[in-house]
This record gives sequence, C-alpha cells and structure tokens, in this order.
Amino acid sequence: MALSINDTQEELIEEFGLFDDWADKYEYLIDLGKKLPGLSDEFKTEENVIKGCQSRVWLHAFMQDGKLIFQADSEAVIVKGLISMLIRVLSGHSPADIMKADLYFIDQIGMSQHLAQTRSNGLLSMVKQMKNYALAYSSQA
Amino acid sequence: MASIEQIRLDFPVLDQQVNGSPLIYFDNAATTQKPQVVLDALNKYYSEDNANIHRGIHALAERATAAFELTRKKIQSFLHAESSDQIIFTSGTTASINLVAQTYGRANFEAGDKILVSNLEHHSNIVPWQMIALEKGAEVMVIPVLDSGVLDLDAYQKLLQENTVKLVAVNHVSNAIGTINPIQEMIALAHAHGAKILIDGAQSVAHMEMDVQRFDMDFFAFSAHKLFGPTGVGVLYGKRDLLESMPPYQGGGEMIKEVSFSGTTYNELPYKFEAGTPNIADVIAFSASFDYLNSLEKGWVEEQENALLSYATEQLSQIDGLKIIGTAPNKIAVVSFLIEGTHPQDIGVLLDKFGIAIRTGHHCAQPLMQRFDIPGTCRASFSFYNTKEEIDRLVACLKRVVTMLL
Repeated sequence: MALSINDTQEELIEEFGLFDDWADKYEYLIDLGKKLPGLSDEFKTEENVIKGCQSRVWLHAFMQDGKLIFQADSEAVIVKGLISMLIRVLSGHSPADIMKADLYFIDQIGMSQHLAQTRSNGLLSMVKQMKNYALAYSSQA
Repeated sequence: MASIEQIRLDFPVLDQQVNGSPLIYFDNAATTQKPQVVLDALNKYYSEDNANIHRGIHALAERATAAFELTRKKIQSFLHAESSDQIIFTSGTTASINLVAQTYGRANFEAGDKILVSNLEHHSNIVPWQMIALEKGAEVMVIPVLDSGVLDLDAYQKLLQENTVKLVAVNHVSNAIGTINPIQEMIALAHAHGAKILIDGAQSVAHMEMDVQRFDMDFFAFSAHKLFGPTGVGVLYGKRDLLESMPPYQGGGEMIKEVSFSGTTYNELPYKFEAGTPNIADVIAFSASFDYLNSLEKGWVEEQENALLSYATEQLSQIDGLKIIGTAPNKIAVVSFLIEGTHPQDIGVLLDKFGIAIRTGHHCAQPLMQRFDIPGTCRASFSFYNTKEEIDRLVACLKRVVTMLL
C-alpha cells in the first residue's frame, strides 16, 4: 500500500527537521533537484511549460490505473528540488485526492517563501497546474 | 565631505539584517533607496500641508501647490531645461513613453513610417511603440547590438538613410547590462535624417549629469524612484513646439481651460497633460532628492560608482566559470553575469539567504536575452552608498553558492 498524501508530507517534514541551518536545507533541496529524472525533450513542449516562472518549468501528466502521474523538469535546480517534493507527495494518487490535498508541508519545512506571489519561481503556479490536471482527469478516474 | 559610513546612515533601510546577515542591497537599477530627507518630506506633507493643489484658495492648498511646483522647478534645473512648463509629471518612465506614443505618435505616425528602437531596450520602450505602430501601419525596426553590448552605430546610420524613420526611441543606459549609449551622436544622426528622438533616461539619471538642451533632446523620460525619490512619479521633458503640437492624452480635470457641452478647450503646458489630481505627496517629497544630491560633493557620485564598477568587475572575473554579459567601455555601475553550470535564479535565491539582494532573470529585456541566447542573467547594480567590502562579501558568498550548486 502506497503512502497517503499526508503520510508523505509527514515524512518530508521529518526529513527537513534534521537540518538546523538553511544551508543544509538548501543543499538537500539541490540534491533532490539533481536526482529528479527530469523529462525527455519530447515532453518539453510549449503546452507543458508552466507560465509565470523565472526559469522554464515543464510539467507532464498522465493517468495510469486510475492514478494521476506527474513528471516535471526545470532549468533551475532549486525549482527542480521543489518540484521533486511536489511529485513525491502528489504523483500516483487519484485525481480526487490530489484535488483536495492541503499541502501544509511547504510551510512546515520553511519553504513557504517560495509560494509568494512573485514571478521568481512559480511553485504556486506549479501547484495550481497539478490541481488543474487533477480536475481535468477526475472525470476519467 | 561626509564619510561613506555617514552617508549610509542617511538611508535607514540599509541598516537591517536579512536572513540573519547584514543587508547588502545591489538592486539599485530596479529602484534606489530613499534618504531620510525624502521620508521626512513625505511625512511632513501629510502631517502639515495635505491639500489638493492648483484650485484651492486656502492656506494649505497654497502651500501644497507651491511645494508641488517647486519640484517642477528643481527638475527643470536638474535637466537644464528651457522652462519648467516643459516638465510634465506622469506616474513613471513607462507612462511618459506611453504618453508620447499615444499623442505624438497618434498625431504623426502614418502607414509606412518607421520607428527605431534598439536591441538594448526595456520592454517599456518597445511595447508602446509596437502598439501604436500596429494601429497606424507603421513599422518598428531594431538597432542591433554588438557582442560587447555596444549599439551598432553603422547599422543605425543605414536604418536612418532612407529618411523614413519618424522617431527613434533609445535608452541612455541599458538596464540589463549597463551600457551607456552615445546619445549625443545618436541624437545628431536622428536629426540629420529628419527623425525625432526620445531618450529613456530611467537608468542614467542616478549616475550622470543631464542636459537636455546641450544634447538637443526632443523627449526625455525618467522615474523619481530610480533617483532616490518616491515611487509613482515620472517625468516627461519635451521640446516646447513638440509638446504644444501634441494633442492632449487623458481627459479630465486640470487639463482643461473651459468645458461646455458644445466643446472644450485645453489648458496650457504642462497642465494639458496632467489630468486629474496628481501624485502630490510623492512629487513634493521628490524635491528632497535633489536637495540631498546637491549636498554631496560634485563629481563624488560618479567617482565612487566608477571605483565600485572596476572593483566588482575585477573581483567577479576571478570566479571560475563567471562570464560578464556586457563589456562596453562606457558602463554605469552594473555587472550582469552568468556562472557556467548554474541558473541565475538559483544564484539569486541562495544569495538572498546570505542577505544579498541582486536581480535575476530577463530584466524586462527579453529581446536582449534572445540576442545573447541566454535565459537571463544575475545583475548586481550599485549605487554610491555601496562599498568595496560589500562586493568582497558578494564574491565570497558567490563562491560558496557555486559550491552548493555544482
């Protein structure tokens, strides 16, 4: 049985709880970013670009056995690290669960500044786009 | 002359910790910080003089009007303009450029006319021209930029040769890479081919002396907030005959002489272009920016900033893989750079954690980024209140950031 969305959020909160300075936290995030497989060029299309980001970010989504799967990539490694966490939390769940997910872990691990309404990174647009996909696919689930 | 430590005390915002480190503010091309005298003037206006201007006959309205018009006089003297009624208040450089596009452009552009902009322009000196060109069937053409970030003046001359260019719109200084354009030469060339020219001075006013008459400028636009003044105030200077021949822009109060349902006549310069209640408080506070700048030793700002530019260029160049974008011989104190294997956004996010504010991204100059085939840059832009010690810390932190990222 796969972990629930909230179980994964708790896991991340616990992992980030190990760091007491920002540099360690960001090094971990950068490491997550580097480890994210990314997307092959065929999915790095204009339609998959998330608007409103300072670096280019691509999000690809598809359904598999009633679960919504996300894959994503970015030119900037910190953004990739943030995406990697979102994918870990949301990917592989039903559209209904994704739609109602409350992503409290972002605030708890001290990354809420990245949700700010600036054009600098677009984590907010990323979350919105993931939920839009969930909404669009909810009829197929 | 005050020491740099004393000068920094004039800018209260500089004295703070960001993410546990002392703030280093290297985003001066985006907006400059405000000296205490500007903050005091803003507070004094609202505490003692607040009134609507120009039409009130009571004491407060008279004081506010006098203070408002005093700023106009100070700008006239700062720009060496012929007369203060050629100084029009707007909300910013963008609004000033749009005003010219929508009045001068609307009245004068015809199908087949050419408007020249440069590849160094900020979007605000591109899009307003594209909009009016589309409407009029005119064409926006581009003065190319060389690899060094210098404009290609040979190409500029060729573009002018057919005498079909109606207007040239070019910045005095590039916001993204700091190039100082040879505007005196460019103005003379434009005039020789019968074109008018608008100079976007947003990035130059804080760094060098201005003289609209000596340079024979047709239009000059800038913003107060990049000259140590409040946000929300811009200036448009224009030659008298041009401003007088231009139709009004927005309709409303203040810009009229007489209104009736059978017809309306318009006010004189500058009020013809200042419909509605202006940004009184910020215009009045802007006056204090000039007092502050005049209190500094003449030539010191340029000297200090040139020293910062050469020091930063030299120190940053020593970082492995760092490439400076924009190596023009004439630059203001701006260093735009990329570091091999890293994305500007990652650098910006991590430097912020060290309390260092730089700008990353395309700097609202996407065509320039396309020209260099880069996603954006990291831009450190300096002002006279910055120090070499701050640059040392930038270099040290950049080295640390690169180790984290690579």
